[in-house]
Amino acid sequence: MPKRNTTKKKTTKGRATKRIQLVHLAHARSGDKGDTANVGLIALKPEYYPILESQVTRARVARHFKGIITGDVERFTLPNLNALNFLLHGALGGGGTLSLKTDAQGKVFSTALLRMEIDVPRSLRV
Amino acid sequence: MSKTIRIGSGQGFWGDWLEAPYRQVVDGPLDYLMMDYLAEVTMSIMQKQRSRDPSLGYAKDFVPLMRRLLPELVKRKVRVTANAGGVNPEGCAEAVLNEARSLGLKGKVKIGIVSGDDILPRLDELFDKGHKFNNLDTGDPLSLVRDQIQSANAYLGAWPLVEGLRLGADILITGRVTDTGLTLAPMIHEFGWKEDEWDRLAAGTVAGHIIECGAQCTGGNCLVGWERIPDMANPGYPIIEASPTGDFVVTKHDGTGGRVSVPGVTEQLLYEMGDPKSYITPDCIADFTTIKLKKAGKDRVGVTGIGGGPATDSLKVSISYNYGYKAVGTLIYSWPDALKKAKRADQILRSRLDKLGLEFEEILTEFVGVDATHGKLAGSPDSNIAEVQLRVGVRSNDRSSVDRFSREIAPLILNGPPSVTGFAGGRPKVEEIVAYWPALIPKTEIHPSVRIVEA
Repeated sequence: MPKRNTTKKKTTKGRATKRIQLVHLAHARSGDKGDTANVGLIALKPEYYPILESQVTRARVARHFKGIITGDVERFTLPNLNALNFLLHGALGGGGTLSLKTDAQGKVFSTALLRMEIDVPRSLRV
Repeated sequence: MSKTIRIGSGQGFWGDWLEAPYRQVVDGPLDYLMMDYLAEVTMSIMQKQRSRDPSLGYAKDFVPLMRRLLPELVKRKVRVTANAGGVNPEGCAEAVLNEARSLGLKGKVKIGIVSGDDILPRLDELFDKGHKFNNLDTGDPLSLVRDQIQSANAYLGAWPLVEGLRLGADILITGRVTDTGLTLAPMIHEFGWKEDEWDRLAAGTVAGHIIECGAQCTGGNCLVGWERIPDMANPGYPIIEASPTGDFVVTKHDGTGGRVSVPGVTEQLLYEMGDPKSYITPDCIADFTTIKLKKAGKDRVGVTGIGGGPATDSLKVSISYNYGYKAVGTLIYSWPDALKKAKRADQILRSRLDKLGLEFEEILTEFVGVDATHGKLAGSPDSNIAEVQLRVGVRSNDRSSVDRFSREIAPLILNGPPSVTGFAGGRPKVEEIVAYWPALIPKTEIHPSVRIVEA
């Protein structure tokens, strides 16, 4: 597990938040469908799920993968599993047997998403 | 207590752990063993094998595996569902029957052969009828690649297997049947589920999705707490304890390694997931947002609440076609300046390819150890990095261009940047690319059949 890398930050509302990498709040698994990678992002604790739902938006994830994927991002919510599912289109260099990429099947896109940093309340225990 | 049945997964793909199916059968109680052999382009490999030898075209490893398993299957009355038949389920069944006879099991093994998925011989007829087989991803009509097609198979669902079980098959050998259908069929058969009991069919489908990748739901490739998952040298493969209501438990045999936990099963539920409300199979549409998971004891996860809806009136068709050629070459550069050397080598290589006037659809360079899996998200590497692997891949319609590329890697060892090694594998292999073309066909065009043969 990477060392915890959090820094204090004031938001515009003046509430103290800290910036934290998703790897401390969630686990993930990814797979492929053609040239699309899917990443399932699962809260490590149920109380983290609302934070993921509000912070890990479609737009944020699209920004995170800018220059890495060529297509759109779709997001689906699975509150029953405390999970989000992302479809990253144009992620696999053509996908399947066409792709020249090491990760042609998108197996580790999951961990690339876990690098993302989000703002959480200073009081959140992780 | 209501009746439950135990369905175990023995292979998550063609090439999975050979010990797994045997252990599923002998390490504890089991009623059914399901084995998934077919990935998207596997059918084209099998089609190629069959064109060279008409008796082949199925998962060859299945035959020695069944030789090892058959005496135990007969003794313990464990039935098998496997899509090992590929493009030649008849040939596969014949080979297994021969093994059964040589083991002295004459009269003791009934094999059900499920076919009707192979539409390659019918493509002209189907084109004439106006079917376009538009690519589900791109929308292009299949006529664009008509001359390059290698295989074409409709995905069959659970119902032909249910018929096979009703006819008394001990072992069901199928062509392109969905992974989930292999698990759902025994439940329909044992519990008498009807064709419109969508919630139950969805439950069986979810069960199938959970175990279709073998140990991926019992601790394998599991990120959450991976270092603490016990005894992964001896992983238990998953077992579904199914009940007539559709509720089920995911577990594994006692005394095996790995772990069955709510987070682990959740990871597998999300694997290769699209829209979770609409997981479409030939048998139903399962809604993954209805699934409730609960720990139900050590290495037991209870799954309840699953809802589903009516099946669509089409089947997915998996078509494979010749696309072109590719090759990937690698070299390893060491400290000092490992990354700089690898980058320089890449520039030199590209300049030479350019001067040779070779035609490539794509040239891709990755620096393994630096950016191959996470791209720029990985940040800048340590300038003292011990080594970097240069990995260059090319793709082209022109075989000779790819072949010439494969001869441009080794020279860099003597005429490129220094401190280079890792070329023991020799010249990169030129691979034929068989690409995947997903499409739909109306169910009314596909006529699955079941035939029983006896040892």
